[in-house]
Amino acid sequence: MREKLEQIKSEALSMLARIDTQKELEEMRVKYLGKKGELTAVLKQMGKLSAEERPVIGQLANEVRQTLEKVIDESAAKIERAMLEARLESEAIDVTVPGKRLEEGKRHPMYTVLDEIEEIFVGMGFEILEGPEIELAEYNFTKLNTEEGHPARDWTDTFYIKDDSSILLRTQTSPMQVHAMETKQLPIRVVAPGRVYRKDEVDATHSPMFHQIEGLVIDKNITMADLKGTLNTIVRRLYGENTVTRFRPHHFPFTEPSCEMDVQCHECGGKGCRVCKGEGWIELLGAGMVHPRVLEMSGIDPDVYSGWAFGMGLERLAMRRYEISDLRLIFENDERFLKQF
Amino acid sequence: MDLSRKWLNEFVETSDIGDKDFAEAMTLSGSKVETFTALDKEIKNIVVGEVTDIKRHENSDHMWVCQVNVGDETVQIVTGAQNVQKGDLVPVAKDGSILPGGVEIKKGVLRGEESNGMLCSLKELGLTLHDYPYAVDDGIWILQEEGVKPGDDIAKIIGADDHVVEFEITPNRPDCLSVIGLARETAATFDRKLNLHTPVVKGCGGDINDFVKVEIANPDLCIRYTGKMVKNVKIAPSPAWMRERLRNSGVRPINNIVDITNYVMLEYGQPMHAFDFSCVDGGKIIVRTAKAGESITTLDGNERPLTESMLCICDEHKPVGVAGVMGGANSEIEGDTAMVLFESANFNGTSIRKTARALGMRTDASSRYEKGLDPANTMKAVMRACELVEMLGCGEVVDGVIDVIGQETPETTVLLEPDKINALLGTDISKEDMIKILLKLGFEMDGDIIKVPTWRGDVSHYSDIAEEVARFYGYNKIPNTFMRGETTLGGYTDIQKCERRIGSVIRANGYYEIITYSFISPSYYDKINWPADCPLRKSVTILNPLGEDTSIMRTTVLPSMLEILTRNYNYRNKSAKLYEIGKIYLGRDDGLADEPKIVSLGAYGDGMDYYKLKGVVEEILESERISDVKFVPEKNNPSYHPGRCAKVYAGDRYIGVFGQIHPLVAANYGVDTELYAGELEFDAIFQARGPHPQYKPLPKYPSISRDIAVVCNKEITVAELEKTIRLGGGSILKGVELFDIYTGSHIAQGKKSVAFSLTLRDDSKTLTVEEADKEVKNILDRLENDLGAVIR
Repeated sequence: MREKLEQIKSEALSMLARIDTQKELEEMRVKYLGKKGELTAVLKQMGKLSAEERPVIGQLANEVRQTLEKVIDESAAKIERAMLEARLESEAIDVTVPGKRLEEGKRHPMYTVLDEIEEIFVGMGFEILEGPEIELAEYNFTKLNTEEGHPARDWTDTFYIKDDSSILLRTQTSPMQVHAMETKQLPIRVVAPGRVYRKDEVDATHSPMFHQIEGLVIDKNITMADLKGTLNTIVRRLYGENTVTRFRPHHFPFTEPSCEMDVQCHECGGKGCRVCKGEGWIELLGAGMVHPRVLEMSGIDPDVYSGWAFGMGLERLAMRRYEISDLRLIFENDERFLKQF
Repeated sequence: MDLSRKWLNEFVETSDIGDKDFAEAMTLSGSKVETFTALDKEIKNIVVGEVTDIKRHENSDHMWVCQVNVGDETVQIVTGAQNVQKGDLVPVAKDGSILPGGVEIKKGVLRGEESNGMLCSLKELGLTLHDYPYAVDDGIWILQEEGVKPGDDIAKIIGADDHVVEFEITPNRPDCLSVIGLARETAATFDRKLNLHTPVVKGCGGDINDFVKVEIANPDLCIRYTGKMVKNVKIAPSPAWMRERLRNSGVRPINNIVDITNYVMLEYGQPMHAFDFSCVDGGKIIVRTAKAGESITTLDGNERPLTESMLCICDEHKPVGVAGVMGGANSEIEGDTAMVLFESANFNGTSIRKTARALGMRTDASSRYEKGLDPANTMKAVMRACELVEMLGCGEVVDGVIDVIGQETPETTVLLEPDKINALLGTDISKEDMIKILLKLGFEMDGDIIKVPTWRGDVSHYSDIAEEVARFYGYNKIPNTFMRGETTLGGYTDIQKCERRIGSVIRANGYYEIITYSFISPSYYDKINWPADCPLRKSVTILNPLGEDTSIMRTTVLPSMLEILTRNYNYRNKSAKLYEIGKIYLGRDDGLADEPKIVSLGAYGDGMDYYKLKGVVEEILESERISDVKFVPEKNNPSYHPGRCAKVYAGDRYIGVFGQIHPLVAANYGVDTELYAGELEFDAIFQARGPHPQYKPLPKYPSISRDIAVVCNKEITVAELEKTIRLGGGSILKGVELFDIYTGSHIAQGKKSVAFSLTLRDDSKTLTVEEADKEVKNILDRLENDLGAVIR
């Protein structure tokens, strides 16, 4: 019987080496370990053994059984892994094939720039104000210290709605200063973006409709140093911490003192190049301290309150940011253009 | 304003300051420099040569071979010009020289003869006969300038050793449209001495009042009229130095008298005019507005009808000049002019501007007058003109002066308040420094009272003084500070947040944002098939539009969207999905307008259909949690396909319309594919928006799903079926979802099969199959009873 057990063991092990499917393995398990299997058959004859032999053969038989169970389990695991690997291999795909996307649309590049500016101001406690584009000349000009007879009021420059020049398409977002001063509680911190209109023929740098953003601050003890500090902060957030700026005296009827703010040319670093037309600087915005007469006209006491204001063209800003060479592209709305941003 | 730096140096010495530094400093003190140019940049290595020998070229019938002494050597030069003679002094472009326009001259061989450069004409040096009237037009410039000798640099002789700085002068500073005005700014900028000059006129006796009387009929328009008389005038070219300065300042030299008026205008900023006095009838000048029907031929030779608002300079019978704009041809200075009346006047700026605009002639004079000039300047300027007359020897100045004041100009004073100025600027500038700056600019101090100089009409308030102080203290020296004071909350309003949300929902659905013009053409209403009597055709109209296409403010965003869709289609973009949240303009009785925002959607291509567009609309409404949404078929909107268009409501509130664009409208745009568009009222969406979401407990018991398919008349809408299902179902009906609509084989003509998936659930216990079956039966009964829809 001992020989028989040894023979079963060696036969089974050699058979196992040739098996590579789960089915064959299962057949083999039945053949040796099943109820009618060979090992079971041997064990059934144990009763014929002597009392001395029985424990010895019994132990041996158990050993053989455990060995076979162990190697069959191991083999099963191996076959399973091989099958998994084969399946995974067959499932392989070309991962470089483009993904299936739900294409998202995009914000117009000019509004992306506007969003960015608005968010900076919102973070500084400003509100966003919107207002009419069909406007009273009184708000667009008179209350901004631009008297009747001023060249800006000419019919050659401004679109008029009424014969007596009393209603027009606003030429600037500055009338929002007046609206803010007349309707809002002091102190005021607002920015007002929107469409403005001037009688310019369409070309690479002009459009009869374009966008501006206006800013206005009115409070006690507001200084020109505050104007500089705020605008510098904003421009650095917009163009980077190392942006170099400068302020130049300028003239606007509704601010005094007035200034323009330049940023050093990003292309040449101030040496002068094609982008900055050799000046080393690029004009960014106009600003100034709100003219005391403008405060007065809107019912604010200039002896108690002061303020600053700025106005900036958005198209030019977006064009610079994205290096768009022609203003017409902004209003052409070619989807191939819109998809680039 | 083009400023000659050589001329400027006469008033303030700055020849040691380079152009770049000069430009930078002037810009930062408020006189913005646009460009600066060294005039000799493009005239290099061109010298005076003396022709020492000249003979015919042996191999040419028109060329000449010259030996030319150019100072340090004698070179051979071949020329094709016919006006050169032995002994002539001529401009010689030597080998390696540069001519205006950047042309480089090199030596070469012309038909076998060596030529070491080129003899130049005026034109080749960038000059005209106006600059050197004695020269010839079609030949070499034979120099007649005094004291020139071979080897002299031509650039110096023609004044091209000058540097010209171009300033952008803001409209509030007409005083800076002059050499003296800019000299004053320069002196203050660089802290240098300003050398002003008081004109001295010797005179020749007589009395101007014996010759001419001046009367101002419209003192509101003519503030001051000053005049001087010159007799025994000898018209000739002005001297080279004057022609150079005019040329370098961008003014064409004409003759001595005219050049003097232009010279004084550039130097003093005071426009002047010279009349040929023999052409002034009755020895009388009347400054008056034109009479109806009057006209004048101006110096440029054009006859111009005048209107009654135009101020004119007239003699007894007729206008002889348009005040402040241009003189008349009838009193033009010509070769035989013997008596000249110099006019140096001050007019109302607005009146001059309107006249110049109306006549379509903006001149050097009118562009100065329109900004409002210094009335005190007329006398200085006219005396300077007379001084120049005597200096040039072109006439005798009659004694006496005409000076009629139309309006007195009050003196302006401002109190110096250093604390207020520092508070406005955020600085700590001393009173002494402020006074120093003001004195340099010509302000005078009387204690703490600042007397504003007459040429500074722009200064009347302490804030103006603050700007003067700040300009020369340095804008860039003012500190950068953060605002103090009350904290403001800031941020976006609910309505602004809603607009931003809607935009991002639309973009998430694949739509790109566009920006379109607010103005359109009235014909666009025809293009979208609006009937002639459509009330929305009544648009706010621009009275002075650029053109028909941009002449009215839109009352609909549809044509704007269709135009952009069409453009993309014409660019062969296979598909496009676009949106804009833009305003329409609805005129009000008060002349202004309501400007509501419209959410405008547009798309074509890429399998676009009604349901895809509707999906976007539903997403928008869903994002705003709008409930009780209804889609109603819209067959009567002329812009849309009558069978593929819906109006959408939230309850009874109209939200908008969308669908396929009517094929006829698409055809109007030349598009032969299906276009889709929608117009939703932003305000309505905002008003209809639902409350903040509230958590509802998740179901505890399982649900049962049942599919039903019914056959009904084709005309019955899915919305009706769904509504009926909901009416038939009880509280356990939790969801109704369409999953199929079918027409075709096995379905009778005029019928359709519609399939829904129903979700049934009891919130208090597990639903039994029997209960579910009963519910479905109720629903099917209701469908059959109400709509004749039978189970398939």
